[in-house]
Amino acid sequence: MSDTKLISHIPDGPLSEKWKKRKAEIKVVSPANKRKLEIIVVGTGLAGASAAASLGEMGYNVKIFCISDSPRRAHSIAAQGGINAAKNYQNDNDSIYRLFVDTVKGGDFRSREANVYRLAEVSNLIIDHCVAQGVPFAREYGGLLANRSFGGAQVSRTFYARGQTGQQLLLGAYASLNKEIKNGSVKSYPRHEMLDLVLINGQAKGIIARNIATGEIERFGAHAVVIATGGYGNVYFLSTNAMNSNGSAAWQCYKKGAYFGNPCFAQIHPTCIPVHGTQQCKLTLMSESLRNDGRIWVPKKMEDVLKLRKGEIKASQIPEEDRDYYLERRYPAFGNLVPRDIASRAAKERCDAGYGVNETGKAVFLDFKTAIERLGEDKIRERYGNLFQMYEEITDVNAYKEPMMIYPAIHYTMGGLWVDYDLQTTIPGLFAIGEANFSDHGGNRLGASALMQGLADGYFILPYTIGGYLAKKIQEPKTDINAPEFDEAEKAVKDRIAKLFAIKGKKSPDEIHKELGNIMWEYVGMGRTEEGLKKAIVEIKRLKEEFWKNVYVSGENGEFNQELEKAMRLADFFEIGDLMARDALNRRESCGGHFREEMQTEEGEAKRDDENFMYVSAWEYKGEGQEPELHKEPLVYEGIKVATRNYKD
Amino acid sequence: MKFTIKVWRQKNAKTKGHFETYKVDNISPDSSFLEMLDILNDQLVHQNSDPVAFSKGCEGGEACSGEKYKEAKAAGKALPISFDHDCREGICGACSLYINGRAHGPENEVTTCQLFMRKFKDGSTITIEPWRSAAFPVIKDLVVDRSALDKIMQAGGFVDVRTGAAQDANNIPIPKEKADESMDAASCIGCGACVATCKNGSAMLFIGARVSSLALLPQGKVESTRRAMNMIAKMDELGFGTCTNTRACEMECPKHVSVSHIARLNREFLKGWCKK
Repeated sequence: MSDTKLISHIPDGPLSEKWKKRKAEIKVVSPANKRKLEIIVVGTGLAGASAAASLGEMGYNVKIFCISDSPRRAHSIAAQGGINAAKNYQNDNDSIYRLFVDTVKGGDFRSREANVYRLAEVSNLIIDHCVAQGVPFAREYGGLLANRSFGGAQVSRTFYARGQTGQQLLLGAYASLNKEIKNGSVKSYPRHEMLDLVLINGQAKGIIARNIATGEIERFGAHAVVIATGGYGNVYFLSTNAMNSNGSAAWQCYKKGAYFGNPCFAQIHPTCIPVHGTQQCKLTLMSESLRNDGRIWVPKKMEDVLKLRKGEIKASQIPEEDRDYYLERRYPAFGNLVPRDIASRAAKERCDAGYGVNETGKAVFLDFKTAIERLGEDKIRERYGNLFQMYEEITDVNAYKEPMMIYPAIHYTMGGLWVDYDLQTTIPGLFAIGEANFSDHGGNRLGASALMQGLADGYFILPYTIGGYLAKKIQEPKTDINAPEFDEAEKAVKDRIAKLFAIKGKKSPDEIHKELGNIMWEYVGMGRTEEGLKKAIVEIKRLKEEFWKNVYVSGENGEFNQELEKAMRLADFFEIGDLMARDALNRRESCGGHFREEMQTEEGEAKRDDENFMYVSAWEYKGEGQEPELHKEPLVYEGIKVATRNYKD
Repeated sequence: MKFTIKVWRQKNAKTKGHFETYKVDNISPDSSFLEMLDILNDQLVHQNSDPVAFSKGCEGGEACSGEKYKEAKAAGKALPISFDHDCREGICGACSLYINGRAHGPENEVTTCQLFMRKFKDGSTITIEPWRSAAFPVIKDLVVDRSALDKIMQAGGFVDVRTGAAQDANNIPIPKEKADESMDAASCIGCGACVATCKNGSAMLFIGARVSSLALLPQGKVESTRRAMNMIAKMDELGFGTCTNTRACEMECPKHVSVSHIARLNREFLKGWCKK
């Protein structure tokens, strides 16, 4: 490989031996030296909290930052369905290898094989650890752990805690974090937002953060920095992400030289509550676990569709023979449990054909009738009670009687900071974990794998690999936050803030963000074309210029100011959206969540182009107004035969 | 739908707060309560960014133009209202409003973000206040500092287990009923409604949920007495009140965490107390 920075550092040897080999190679830092080393972790979701807790236990000095008032608010908390692990407790012939295969295949052969294998390997340790932390996973009457199935898998390997698995796992990680805060190894900085990364001699040595409660700009130094700030799905304005989730921390790293991997890979989740109107600011996910028992359909007859829209009939009045269970029809082997990208596109296909079941024409049914007949309402209530309740709060519809209406929405970003096998970015000393990196999910993430990856990175992978870097730093003194590099970074941040306040235009940040969201959803959403993507790049540029001339940021700097927070995040979203469109334009193939309409089979399935695009695109920032440079990390598969995804038979 | 919004405004922890009144119009009944506040905030931003254009479309809402607007602007009334929110799915526990005298508003078992405008009478006046408790000082407007809850958790709300030290997850069977009850307690979202609604400002339901959830499981049982003692001591130290069994916390808890978990907390606490 000619690229000097883009080295994946995958250990040699057979797939199943690689992680063992790397662990053996990594130098260990002695307890006395760990005490002298400082690590900054940005983000307190599953990845950040688990990493900080584990690093603290090991004896490092950790500082952890989150934008919320408490680490427990991080958006991992909203994950509903579950976490995968290859325990094979159900005796359905599951194994590490099968979880690896499903994940690589689910990601449409665009993830890094060695990382995925390691993920499957450590998945079992996560379940053990979480149970030991007191996570109340669902159990069977015999007292053993229960499992359910998720999309893209034919085994039951998903562990869950009702519809609140993310919450319970995050509370577990938060508890371990609290233990270390009590022990004095971790110091927590809630309501702090990272605004810049500080490099000294090309190495990550600290951050500039804004204290959200007071508006003060503060400096923090360390021997290494870990980014665990999640994804950038909010570039679409309407998404299932939390309102404060943003891509800015990762983006500042990109602008300081870290490559950005596969930015165009965004996941559109098939089961969200449809958009109800223009006043909406947030979409709500209905867990994928519902597809275990729910069947997705639209009417076969157009006359039924029209009657539904006018409110003349109810879904429950449409007889079985007039229902098109289109996933079961198109994908008999996996049925309603096809991966998310496929389920989303199939819903779009039916709605584009005119069969959408609500007044906007953008909704399909998720029906529990058959399951209720088979298992009884009580069993369904036990499994999904909180989800049905939430659905009723939002829509005023009782889903035990009438089917839910759902439509795809932006949910997760597979792309992120490019990292090597050790989860280190192209900047020495800067690591990225969880959703913030790109490595494990390829073109599409399988359900219940985000929790697995966040915790695998945080508990079991990063705490070891970061040691390899820090072992070389034991002689280095504490980072001096009065160094000129900190002065410079702080000044840049303060200038950016002053510039935003000085614009005094006419539009609110939210107003402009909605416009950006519309551009992104229209042209960089579920179906992408060359023409549309080119248009998106032009439109995003125009809107960015308008933003810098016409945004109005209320209030002042030195105080709690949510309008300023929004404006700063939005300023980065334009640039993220631009890179996503560029990456999507470059990737002239359809794979996973990235669907180029020009590249499809006659049946409308994604047409991958392995000959030309079996690589990770890693983009390098070249300066304001300059074209970013594309680097390619070729993907090689040794442990699995590359094949076209087939969920039909 | 139309509403008159009476809302608590407070510049920061050091200044005195007061109520201000605003009008909102054209609110969809399907909008959430927080979306209604977003719309009001957007209105306020436009009033500031372009007062002339705004006053043309203004239907007699107070202080939309002229001298009155200048006065309002000087008093900070025209700035957007700050409030905590994040997931808007009822799970992160960030949203925290006292609406018409009740924590998370008039509905039972929902958070503010899952409250929808169809639940309010068209044309009515809605009063919004921050959480009111000595342990939760106001940061700005409706935003309060709940870090005291984190400090209570840091005092003992965990199992002392190191990463990588666990045995196989199925080695200890746990009766389903116990796991389910533990999960009931663990559904606490840490929003602080229990504290805000309690006349004593007590955090006993918050602590009870954590202590009980862990005490029900063999993994958490080992430290349960010590955990209860430490968390309660921290609560006392931070200025929370004590429990007098009014059950207001349970009534207002958006996740309906039962006071029976306070009973289990008391049991664990007493065990420790007797040994002392």
